[in-house]
This record gives sequence, C-alpha cells and structure tokens, in this order.
Amino acid sequence: MLAGKVKMTQVSDTAPTTPLAQRPIRVSASDVTVHYGAKQALFGVSIDIPDRAVTSFIGPSGCGKSTFLRCINRMNDTIEGCRVGGSITLDGEDVYSPALDVVELRARVGMVFQKPNPFPKSIYENVAYGPKIHGLARSKADLDEIVVTSLRKAGLFEEVKDRLHEPGTGLSGGQQQRLCIARAIAVGPEVILMDEPCSALDPIATAVIEELIDELRANYTIIIVTHSMQQAARVSQKTAFFHLGKLIEEGRTEDIFTNPTKKQTQDYITGRIG
Amino acid sequence: MSPSALNEHIVTSYEDELTLLARLISEMGGMVELAITDATTALLKLNHELATQVRAADKKIDEMQHRIDDLAVSVIARRQPMAADLRMVITAMQVASDLERTGDMAKQLCKRAVQIESLSLAPKFYNGVKHMTDLVARQLKAALDAYATRDAAAAIDVCKRDDEVDAMHTSLFRELLTYMMEDPRNITQCTHMLFCTKSLERVGDHATNIAEAAFYLETGRHLNAHGEDVPAEDEE
Repeated sequence: MLAGKVKMTQVSDTAPTTPLAQRPIRVSASDVTVHYGAKQALFGVSIDIPDRAVTSFIGPSGCGKSTFLRCINRMNDTIEGCRVGGSITLDGEDVYSPALDVVELRARVGMVFQKPNPFPKSIYENVAYGPKIHGLARSKADLDEIVVTSLRKAGLFEEVKDRLHEPGTGLSGGQQQRLCIARAIAVGPEVILMDEPCSALDPIATAVIEELIDELRANYTIIIVTHSMQQAARVSQKTAFFHLGKLIEEGRTEDIFTNPTKKQTQDYITGRIG
Repeated sequence: MSPSALNEHIVTSYEDELTLLARLISEMGGMVELAITDATTALLKLNHELATQVRAADKKIDEMQHRIDDLAVSVIARRQPMAADLRMVITAMQVASDLERTGDMAKQLCKRAVQIESLSLAPKFYNGVKHMTDLVARQLKAALDAYATRDAAAAIDVCKRDDEVDAMHTSLFRELLTYMMEDPRNITQCTHMLFCTKSLERVGDHATNIAEAAFYLETGRHLNAHGEDVPAEDEE
C-alpha cells in the first residue's frame, strides 16, 4: 500500500552531486515483461532508476521504450489485452499491488506526453485541476499558491501571469508543453515520466524544455523517452538503450555516448544498421 | 565497444567522410615519416639540398593538418558523431597535431644541418644518431599502424618502448658532454647535436601520444604515464 497522503516534494535549488551509483533507487524494475494479446512487447527488463536524476530511454521505433515507461505509472492498464509481468517498485512498494490506489500512484508518478494536451480550460484551471481532485488545497489562497508555484517551476509563470484565465489551448506549443509540466508538478509528484516531450516542438522551444528538465531534476526523478539521441545526451545522466523489446544496455549517459559496451548500442547511436 | 568490427553507416556520405579522414591521417603520417628520415640523412651527410627539400615539404604537412582539422570540425558540426565515431574524429585532430609537431622536429634537424660546418666527432656518435632515428621512425610507424588498424595491444607496445628512446637520448647526451670536455672546439657542433638528439627524443614522445590516441580510439579508455590501461572512475 502506498503511503497515505500525496505530499509536495521537498524543494531544493541544486541537483544532488552524489555519483549516480550511490544515489537512492527511486524506481526499480525487475524482469518486466509486457504482452499485447499474443504479441510480446517487452522481454525481461530490469533497471534501477536513481533518485533526482534524469534517466533517458532511447531506441528505434517499436523497441518497447514507451511501453516500459507506461508500465511505471500503470498507463498500460487502460489498454485492452495488455499484460504486465515481473515487478516494478516505487520507493520499494510494488506498483502492481492490488491494494494500490492507481489514482494516487499517478499523482506520485506524473506524466507528460508527446503532444501537448492541455485540458480545454483556462491556464489556471489546467494546473488547479489535479490539486483540487486530490484535495491538496484547503482554501482558494492555497490553490492560488500551488498554481503560481507550479507555473513558476515550469518556467511559464512570467509569460502567462496576466492571462491565467485565458484558455490553455491558446498558448504556443512550447508553452502548452510547459503548462502540461506545471499540471504534472502541481500534484507534488516524485517521479515525472516524459514521453517524447519535445518531438512536436521547434528547436528553441525544445531548448527551453531541456533547460527546465535540468532545473527540475534538483527536485524530481525524471524519466524521458526520446527519439533524439542528442537530446538524451544533453539532458540525462543515465541512459538505457532498448532494442526489439529488450533492454540492451544501460549506464552513465557519458559512457553510453562515448564508449558503449554492446555492439547493438554502438551501431544504433552511431547511425549504423543494427 | 570496440570500433574495429563496426558495420557501415546508413548515411553513405558520412561513412565516406570518416574514411577520408582516416586516409588523410595515413597520408600525413607517411609524409612525416619521410621527413624525419630525410632530415637525419641531411644532417648526417650535411646535405643542404635535401635539408631545403624537407623544409619545403613541411609547409605541405602544415596544410594537411589544417585540412584534417577542417574536415573534423565539419563532421562534428554536421554529423554530430557519437561513440567510436566521435573518438575517431577527436583523435584524428590530436594525431594531426602530433604529426605537425613531428614535422617541425624534422625542420629543426634540417635547420641544424645547414649550420654545422663539419662532422668531426667520433663516427660512433653519428651511428648512434642514425640508430636513434631508426628507432623513433619505427616507433612513429608502429604508432600510426596501431592507429590505422585500431590495435590496442600494438599501441601499448609503442608506449612501453619509448623508454628505449629516452635511454638512447641520455646516452648520446652524455657522449656529447664528453666531447665538449675533451676539446672546447667541439662545443659548437655538440650544442647543435644536443638540440638534434632532443628533437629526435621529442619525435618519440609524439609517437607515444599517437599510440595513446590509438588506444583511446579502440577502447575509449586512457593509458596512464606508464603505458598501462586505467579503469574509469564512477562519477556523475
């Protein structure tokens, strides 16, 4: 059973400097398999995700990286015929335990998608929605504070402070994505999953999101799926390479991009036929 | 992951650029090997014509370095090379720089060759210089071969053999001191020769640098000062 109340993460200005191998493990997967009906999409994936660092999943289309990401906050539950085997723990607690409240899990493990998907509501309402349904704000003033803090953390507040009650869908693509990040942050998650968060954005909007990811890792454990190896190299401290449903190699981002140990990884990241 | 057993790139023009880079390094290596042996011949035979030729050829070596650097910078800017490719591009720039410096050493030998009036020391000394040149030329060739074939074991051998070059340099240095003490009229020639043997010793150091680059290219790891493989430390 996950700990009772959702709480705001402790705030820090700087990312921890402890070597990755010595960080606490936030999410741990062991021998995870996924079947969509008869088709097996993931084969025995085991990986530890370190606390307050950015971990990126890379690999060709259909390699299982998004499937695995979606296992972490049980987004695959909604897909008919999808079966998940093995175990995934968040702070040592089994994510697939029948006693677990999935809604609470998704507050602790927030998610940002490929295409910015703000609710068709005002900017304010987009961010306030989660805290409201999770009962995180005792008063209107509390809620206002959560909205402003979350928008600030997502680096969006200065750009939208005069139009908080205008529709979120009226923002630019990059702003909408930051609004979605603010919405995820508002419920005080520990882990933020990002599924190709920049693939619909131009290079400048992408740089702004990458800068934001770098700031957020001081307080959150971030897992990002990306098609762009350069992006993985830029933003993450740990990288995992998936191929044909298997986790081929994982390690420090620096090592993966300068000296991977497996031939498949080398072939993929250098643009050779795998 | 060792780059020696890699497939070809999906993008042919990228593959072609990396092949060209490797070819330019081999070509430049050949030019520098010749410069060193020619420079010593010019020195030991006081052949001014050959000395002039070597000094003229050095301009071509410098141009080659610029060509390699420009190509490497262009590959980095346009292709964003990763892993073994990135190491290849970075080491190409390092090796080109070491080769250019080696070319300068050849030029130094030639500069001395035209300043020395006669070879009046014991023949044993000149044989020693010839022997040292053969040794550094072999070291340079072995280092370039290790780089071209990405042979980590051969690269380690080159690094370990640098002690022989250093020992030979020390021995020639002592010999020169003896000649100077014997007869002050030897001082001018001996001083020139001191600089020449020092230049040859430096060629050995550049060969070692190239071998270290070859080892890094193949393994992604660095050799320490004793030519030994050093395991990486874990840090963020």
